[in-house]
Amino acid sequence: MNILRIKAIAKKEFIQIWRDPFSLAMAFLMPVILLFIYGYAITFDIDKIRTVVFDMDKSSLSREFINQFHESGYFRVNSYVESYKAIDPYLDSGRARVAVVIPENFSKNIRKGYNAQVEVLIDGSDSNTATIAQGYTLAIAEGFSQRMRGTRVTPLIDSRSRVWYNNELKSRNFIIPGLIAIVMAVIIALLSSLTIAREWDRGTMEQLISTPVKTPELILGKLIPYFLIGFADTILTILMSTLLFNVPLRGSIMLLLGLSGIFLFGGLSFGILMSIVGKTQLAASQAALLTSFLPAFLLSGFIFSISNIPKPLQIVTYLIPARYFVTILKGIFLKGSTLKVLWVEALLLTLFAVIVFTAANRKFRKRIE
Amino acid sequence: MFERIKNLVIKEFIYYFREKRTVFFLFATPLIQIIIFGYVATMDVNNVSTALYDLDRSSESRELARRLESSGYFTIKRMPASPGEIRELIDKGDVLCAIQINRGFGKDIQKGIPTEIQVIVDGTDSNTALIAMNYINTIIGRYSRDMVGAKVNANVWRLDLRNRVWYNPDLKSRNYMVPGVIAVIVMLTCLLLTSMSIVREREVGTMEQLMVTPIRPLELILGKTIPAAIIGYFDMALVTVFGVFWFEVPIHGAVLLLVLCTGAYLLSVLGFGLLISTVSRTQQQAMTATFFFFQPVILLSGFATPIETMPAVFQYITYLSPLRYFLVIVRGIFLKGVGINILWPQIAALLILGTAILTISALRFKKRLA
Repeated sequence: MNILRIKAIAKKEFIQIWRDPFSLAMAFLMPVILLFIYGYAITFDIDKIRTVVFDMDKSSLSREFINQFHESGYFRVNSYVESYKAIDPYLDSGRARVAVVIPENFSKNIRKGYNAQVEVLIDGSDSNTATIAQGYTLAIAEGFSQRMRGTRVTPLIDSRSRVWYNNELKSRNFIIPGLIAIVMAVIIALLSSLTIAREWDRGTMEQLISTPVKTPELILGKLIPYFLIGFADTILTILMSTLLFNVPLRGSIMLLLGLSGIFLFGGLSFGILMSIVGKTQLAASQAALLTSFLPAFLLSGFIFSISNIPKPLQIVTYLIPARYFVTILKGIFLKGSTLKVLWVEALLLTLFAVIVFTAANRKFRKRIE
Repeated sequence: MFERIKNLVIKEFIYYFREKRTVFFLFATPLIQIIIFGYVATMDVNNVSTALYDLDRSSESRELARRLESSGYFTIKRMPASPGEIRELIDKGDVLCAIQINRGFGKDIQKGIPTEIQVIVDGTDSNTALIAMNYINTIIGRYSRDMVGAKVNANVWRLDLRNRVWYNPDLKSRNYMVPGVIAVIVMLTCLLLTSMSIVREREVGTMEQLMVTPIRPLELILGKTIPAAIIGYFDMALVTVFGVFWFEVPIHGAVLLLVLCTGAYLLSVLGFGLLISTVSRTQQQAMTATFFFFQPVILLSGFATPIETMPAVFQYITYLSPLRYFLVIVRGIFLKGVGINILWPQIAALLILGTAILTISALRFKKRLA
């Protein structure tokens, strides 16, 4: 290994990156925009569910019941209809997700002390929203029954729930730390996956082959500039999450940066490996999409929890470095975890980086076919 | 004119099919995506790993544990021996929630004295935590009512709420996700294909050779987008068949309508692909720009979270996303079985958006060639 030759390759790569301000700008704009969208627009907290009401009773009691839906904040009653048939188009077109039907004898039953019935139709196509909406409707009905009874019957068993780590149950706190892993995986895939394929595509690889540069020097030289960009991105995203979105960072920032560096190194080596295997840029881009971005997004526990995945696919997740990195990020941010808890993940990340870097070196053939 | 377009289309297909690797990625990528998405992208909360810290060890506490397990929502994985152990289990993520039943629980219930249970939930994943908490409360509430009912025959007045779920009565999130994934996959493939195939000519230098041939800009555009559209259609068919037969997602509506609407959708997707090709010089730029473009489009389309939960500003932006309209269409056709009488506003929006984007990018493309 010759430091000078690594430096030369790194310098050449830097100049190429510099000449392409478009990609450079993208590398910094993308995390910012993604964080903005995830931070402000994407929330799994469900409220203001559009609701349509068919009130056959039209009494003060039925109006009060409907008002409970409004006041809860979870529902927004935006239309009233006069027949069953009229509900269909609302649910069909998605103008409402929930329909509340109050029968004629609603208030009469309540006054006489009979049990009253209310029918709720829920658009189940979005099953997650539907499940949560169902829970809310039951809670509202329960609250209304208690008010009508006048007395609060203390339930026999009172379940006291306590929520740890994210006690306001804000989905933002859950999404943003994991998002750092996704952003880094995307940047890595974009930056590194085409570097080698590009040299082949343009024919400049033959020139590189004729120079005395050795394989590990070439790969390291190609890796260093992207590592620096990726690391700058990491710092940027960490700063944005804590300062702008107020996501708590309870653990050590040094540990976070150190482990991010290992993840970056492994990911970039993997991108370069894809680039070596893919040969053409189109193939390399598809390969990078398939092997870095999608697994990081889907199989890392970022949004979809791993325990819900079928067993065979769960085994696959052990091969995905983003899985360990997401655990590390969520642990350090929300739980304040230390290396004592996270050492397995850290070890596996390092192992991945070493293996992939070696594989990239062995797979690369420095000769013309 | 048709002769020239035909030749270009043939040339494109030769390029795609010359390398085995490219063919593999063109057709394997969508399949792998639908398999992973189909299995993984579920928000259903089942088998939540739970720790039970039972200090009472009475038949009542065992009954409650049995009810939690038989609901299918919880799996009791650990029986910690101390509160410290609970902390450790949750810290490590071994369990998502812990239930502590104090001494005297069974006795209190037999006497009919109100008692309490401690529930600790790891809130990191707020969505799962919320749903799990709802389930626990429902199960405990039902158990509590059964116990009261067994003691005194208290006939308390209650409001009887009947929930009926339409379109997806089992509330399977796969039925919701798979149609959406189909829309996303088609967009991804077509965007990458159009933008990269045009930029490739520019990068490798063959664009100049193309320009000295009698081919006109419009013909060039068509020659480049038609192969992408054909592959897009093929991928669409592939993943749809897979979704219906493998994942058993019901398709209640007309398949023909789906095919036609896909055409309207491809119009804007190809338009955006063309637009990306006009702003990129290298294939790397094209790929970066594609990623840069599709992520916000997917996020701001109602793919994963409902549009109405977004702040107003973002809701307006979603009107520019073709995916927004197409998602309503695919989900409508798959799950609700609705027809053109319901979906016409979305179809119209796709046609208008598609024509506008295609025109703008074609004009830009012509200018860049000149």
